[in-house]
Amino acid sequence: MKRTALTLIVDPIACDGHGVCAELLPERIRLDRWGFPIIEAGGIPVKLVDHARRAAESCPRLALSLVERPL
Amino acid sequence: MAAPEGIPRLLAGLNGDGRALSLDEHVNQWGPPPASMSASFIDELDRSGLRGHGGAWFPVGAKWRSVRRSITKRPIIVANGAEGEPASGKDRLLVHQLPHLVLDGAVMAAGALGASRVIVHVPGSAIPTVESSIEERRRFGVDSVDIEVVEAPDRFLAGQESAAVNTINNRNSARPSFTGLTTVRDSGVGGRPTLVQNVESLAHVALIARFGADWFRREGTPESPGTALLTVTGRWAEPQIIEIPLGIPLGHALGLRQEDARGIQGVLLGGYGGGWLTAAAALDMPLTEDAARQYGSSIGAGVVALLPSGICPLSEVSRVVTYLEGQGAGQCGPCVNGLAGLDLVMEKLAFRPSSLHGGVSTIPGLCDLVEGRGACRHPDGVARFIRSALRVFADHVELHLSRGACRGNTAPMLPVPTRPQSSQSSPLRPVVR
Ligand SMILES: Cc1cc2nc3c(=O)[nH]c(=O)nc-3n(C[C@H](O)[C@H](O)[C@H](O)COP(=O)(O)O)c2cc1C
Ligand code: SF4
Ligand code: SF4
Repeated sequence: MKRTALTLIVDPIACDGHGVCAELLPERIRLDRWGFPIIEAGGIPVKLVDHARRAAESCPRLALSLVERPL
Repeated sequence: MAAPEGIPRLLAGLNGDGRALSLDEHVNQWGPPPASMSASFIDELDRSGLRGHGGAWFPVGAKWRSVRRSITKRPIIVANGAEGEPASGKDRLLVHQLPHLVLDGAVMAAGALGASRVIVHVPGSAIPTVESSIEERRRFGVDSVDIEVVEAPDRFLAGQESAAVNTINNRNSARPSFTGLTTVRDSGVGGRPTLVQNVESLAHVALIARFGADWFRREGTPESPGTALLTVTGRWAEPQIIEIPLGIPLGHALGLRQEDARGIQGVLLGGYGGGWLTAAAALDMPLTEDAARQYGSSIGAGVVALLPSGICPLSEVSRVVTYLEGQGAGQCGPCVNGLAGLDLVMEKLAFRPSSLHGGVSTIPGLCDLVEGRGACRHPDGVARFIRSALRVFADHVELHLSRGACRGNTAPMLPVPTRPQSSQSSPLRPVVR
């Protein structure tokens, strides 16, 4: 599986646990017992990049970002 | 002026009566600061190996270099003396008694980075001293940069980097921001690139600028050079502040031998975001951040607390966790929910273990759920505090689960402020060894 240097990061202050992201990208995001996203570590596989971008764009709180690598 | 020898270094200037050193006394002690600072001083800082003393032990030279360079926005320097950690007193000692050492370091940072302003971020109790020291410098025209004072609120999180910047920006006082996309080094105070540096780190900078990196490295080890201030509780009748060379065993720093371990149930290193060690391990442990991390702890801001026998450690741990839970900024879902959950199980474990169905098995999972998932590192510190307590006090956990809570002494030992935080007004007495 080819991986990119892209990862998803969540702003935990902005996130209110809607869970939209986990529905759109279950391969990389699951929800904890309170409904907040747990994002799989590591680069996103090439074939999931479009889905990841869509998940980030769909977050109602703009809490999810697709970045080159976390700071 | 000849380079001073031996230890104490920072504390060598203390005049013994608790008064702040005047500018005159300060210059008599250390000589005048270098007339100007250039960016090449950052190379000297790299060579010195100085790391930050606010808790994270990040290399100071690398941090200065990472402050964004911009022609239009000159950076801001924040001297961080908030010291939210209740068991720590060393930053208060510095700002109350050696303010010019801290101010020198901050002004040097401004010179090296071309900053336009220095902001001193300290608790209200320190403001009169710091302001009169700034006034002294103004009168003698020592500095070419403006220095201002901003009050740090009495909160555990007040000194967290982005929380300090938010307090200064008069927004969301003492609450951290999410810094995963941009840090305060890009955009902090007033949107300018900002260096937040602990006041002890700045005091070391003031001496490195005068005496050089090689001098700094004469104490400590090659990997952990220099000295550090520790606030020690439970060793002497009163909490005391000592200056030690990094790398010596903790027992040596405290004047304790391995035999003395028997009377000590556990050692808390690094404060409430640090971790517990068994006394036997702690006394032999070299005082370096790398060693402390290997032991599942951290030197953090230099807190050392010895827990004597006869006190229920689990009730101590629970009281501190309750305090830490209440000090969270209430902004991040995993932190808010996870710390509440951890507080509840730790409280049950300490005081009503029969209500703890499933024993302590749920605790590691809760720690996993908070670590790395907040906007700041507060939950990570709480998790480390709890995980290490379960390890070091495993026999007490067993006893609580099998026989019920201790009926013994549950009188509090570790300081847990009840608001308003009264301890803030009396600076701890320094001890120079
Ligand atoms: C929960 C929390 C509390 C903190 N409190 C303080 C503090 O009171 N004083 C301080 O200097 N740094 C504190 N820090 C560390 C700061 O974020 C920052 O790293 C430090 O001030 C930088 O200075 P240094 O590099 O010289 O250590 C805290 C960090 C966290 C996560
Ligand atoms: S969609 Fe956005 S707000 Fe909802 S859980 Fe995911 S990151 Fe949080
Ligand atoms: S992690 Fe906790 S303490 Fe830190 S900003 Fe989020 S809610 Fe506040």
